[in-house]
Amino acid sequence: MVNANNLLAVSNLKTYFAIKKGLLRRTVGYVKAVDGISFSIEKGQTLGLVGESGCGKTTVARSIIRLVPATAGQVIFEQTNVLSADRKRLGKLRRDISLIFQDPFSSLNPRMTVGNIVGEPLKVQKGLAGSELTEKVAALLSKVGLSPDHINSYPHEFSGGQRQRIGVARALVLEPKLVICDEPVSALDVSIQSQILNLLKDLQEDFGLTYLFIAHDLAVVEFFCDVVAVMYMGRIVELAAAEELYENPLHPYTRILMSAIPRVEPTLRGQRIPSAGEVPSALNPPSGCAFAQRCPLVEQVCLKQMPILEEKGGYKEHFVACWKCQ
Amino acid sequence: MDDDGILLSVKNLSTHFFTEDGIAKAVQDVSFSIKKSKTFALVGESGCGKSVTALSIMRLVPEPPGKIVAGKIIFEGRDLSVLSEKQMRSVRGNKIAMIFQEPMTSLNPVYTVGNQIVEAIKLHQKKSTSQAWADAVGMLRKVGIADPERRINEYPHQLSGGMRQRVMLAMAVSCEPALLIADEPTTALDVTIQAQILDLLDELQKQNGMSILLITHDLGIVAERADSVAVMYASRIVEVADSQSLFAEPLHPYTQGLLKSLPRLGFSGRRLQTISGNVPEPLRFPAGCKFHPRCPVGCNDKRCQTVEPKLRNVKGGRYVACWYAKEYEEK
Repeated sequence: MVNANNLLAVSNLKTYFAIKKGLLRRTVGYVKAVDGISFSIEKGQTLGLVGESGCGKTTVARSIIRLVPATAGQVIFEQTNVLSADRKRLGKLRRDISLIFQDPFSSLNPRMTVGNIVGEPLKVQKGLAGSELTEKVAALLSKVGLSPDHINSYPHEFSGGQRQRIGVARALVLEPKLVICDEPVSALDVSIQSQILNLLKDLQEDFGLTYLFIAHDLAVVEFFCDVVAVMYMGRIVELAAAEELYENPLHPYTRILMSAIPRVEPTLRGQRIPSAGEVPSALNPPSGCAFAQRCPLVEQVCLKQMPILEEKGGYKEHFVACWKCQ
Repeated sequence: MDDDGILLSVKNLSTHFFTEDGIAKAVQDVSFSIKKSKTFALVGESGCGKSVTALSIMRLVPEPPGKIVAGKIIFEGRDLSVLSEKQMRSVRGNKIAMIFQEPMTSLNPVYTVGNQIVEAIKLHQKKSTSQAWADAVGMLRKVGIADPERRINEYPHQLSGGMRQRVMLAMAVSCEPALLIADEPTTALDVTIQAQILDLLDELQKQNGMSILLITHDLGIVAERADSVAVMYASRIVEVADSQSLFAEPLHPYTQGLLKSLPRLGFSGRRLQTISGNVPEPLRFPAGCKFHPRCPVGCNDKRCQTVEPKLRNVKGGRYVACWYAKEYEEK
C-alpha cells in the first residue's frame, strides 16, 4: 500500500519481548506482542485499531514512537523511518507525533499545574517562556473546552472528563500531525465519552489531524474511524474501511466480537454468536491460526498453517487473514 | 408495587458518609424491590451511589465514616438494617452473595481456589471437609472451568481474568443464595469473555432460581440481561421501569440523554449528542433536582432549581423523578 497521501506507513512491524530465566538471565523465549503488522494512514484520516486486552494494540502505538524498541520492520512517517532515526531526528518526530492516554488520573503529574503540564512541551521543544507561553496555553485550554482560569489549578481539582481534556490539550500543544489516542474514552463515564469523542472530531477538522485510534469498543470505533484494523494475538486479522467492515465482517473473530457487544435495543436479545474459550497465552502461541482454538469454522489447515492477510472475496480493499474466507 | 413474589424490597434507604469535608450523601431516599428469580439492574455513572446501595444491603458500608441513616431493607420478611452483626453474618454469603468488579483483588492471593470455596461452604453448611471439597469441585465444573480437579489446587494468579470471575461466581453460588448481587461483574473483562460470564449468570439463575441485583454502567448489558431497571443519578433513583419499556421510551431527561449519547453500531452521524456538563460530586450536589444544571428541559425552571422531585408513578408501572414527567400521567 504505497501511497503519496500516507502520513504513516507501518510495514511488517514486530516487537518481541525476551523472556529471561535463571542466574545468567538467559533468553529462553519471546513474547511476540506484535508479530508482523502492516498498515498505513492517510493524512487527515483516522485508523482504528481494535482488539481485546493483550492483543498488542498498545505495543503497536508504543513501538511507533519508540517508547519500546521494535524488533523488526519499518515505520515510515513522512518519508522518515522512525525506527532508525537518530536522537535529533527522533526529537523532531516526537513533536509531530503525540499521544493521548487512557487513564486521565494516572497520566497527569499531580504536582504540576495545568499550565505547566500543557506548557512544558512548549518550553522544552520550542523554548517559549513568559507571557507568550501563558497566552498559548490559555488559548489551547479554551479550545479544548476548559476555562483559561484553570491554568493554575492542579489535576485533582478536575473531574475525569475535564482531565482528559487536559490530556488532549497537552497532546496538541506542539501542533502534531499524528495523534495516537490509546483508549482515550474507555475510563470515562458514558455521558462524558460522547463529549470527548466530539471534541476529538472537532479538533481533527480544525487542525487537520490524523489519528491512530486504539480502542476495544467496536461501537465507538465505528463512529470515530475511517479505516479499522482488528487485531488478535499480535496480528491484524481483518482490515477494511469502517463502513465495509461493519457491513461485511468476514473474519470469524470480528463477527464474534461484534455480536458480543451488548446492544441497547432489547429486541436484539439472543442474536449472539456464542464464543467459547479464552485468548491463548502469548507465551505459547498455538501454531497455525491463533484464533483456531476458539473458531467455530476451524479445519485441519487452520491448525497447521498461519493464514496471511490478503484481499478477499471481491470486496475492495478488504483484507482478511483466514483460510475459511473466500 | 404489589408484594407477591418479592424477595427484597429497599424502602427509602439513605446512606451517608461523614467526612472531614462534610457529609457526603451517597444514597438518598432509594426505594426499589426485586422479584424472585428476576434480574434487577441498577444503572448509573461513577459516583452515583449504585455500589453504596449494594454495600448497604450487605451491611458492608464501612462504619465510620459511613452510616445507613434511614430506610428499611426487607429481605424474606426481615429488616436487614436492624440485624446484629452476628445475625447478619448468617445472611451474608449464605442467603445473599456478592461478586465484585475486580476478581483479582477480591480473591485472597495466598490461598488456593479450593481453600477459599471450601471455607465459604463450611461456614454456612454443616459439611465434612471432604464433602465440601467434593462440592467445590462440582461448583467449579458448574461454572465452566475445565479440569476442575487440577484447578482447585491453583492460586488466583495462575488463572486468567475470566476464570477468576468464574471462581468468584462458584464461591458466591456455592450456598445457593436467594439473591446474588453482582457489582460490575464484567467491567474488567474483554467483551467476548463478558458475554460468557453473563451467559453463565443467566444459566445459574435458571438452575437455582435466584434473583440477581446487577449493578452496571453499561446500558447495553441492562438491555440484554435485566428484567427491570432503576437508573440512578447523583445519589437518587431517577427512573424505574421494566427494561423493554425503558429502552423503548425513556421518560427522564437524563435517561434520554444517556441513550442518545451512546455510539451504537450502525450509527452514521458525524457528531454524537451529548449531555453537557459533568457528573456532580457527592459533596457538591446542586440544589433542587440534581440533574437540573445539565438538563435540556428544566435548566431554567425555578421549580427544578429549588425543589427536588420525588419518584412517582406515572403511566402504568413506571416511576420517574422529574417535574416534567407529569404530562405522561395525564396521557
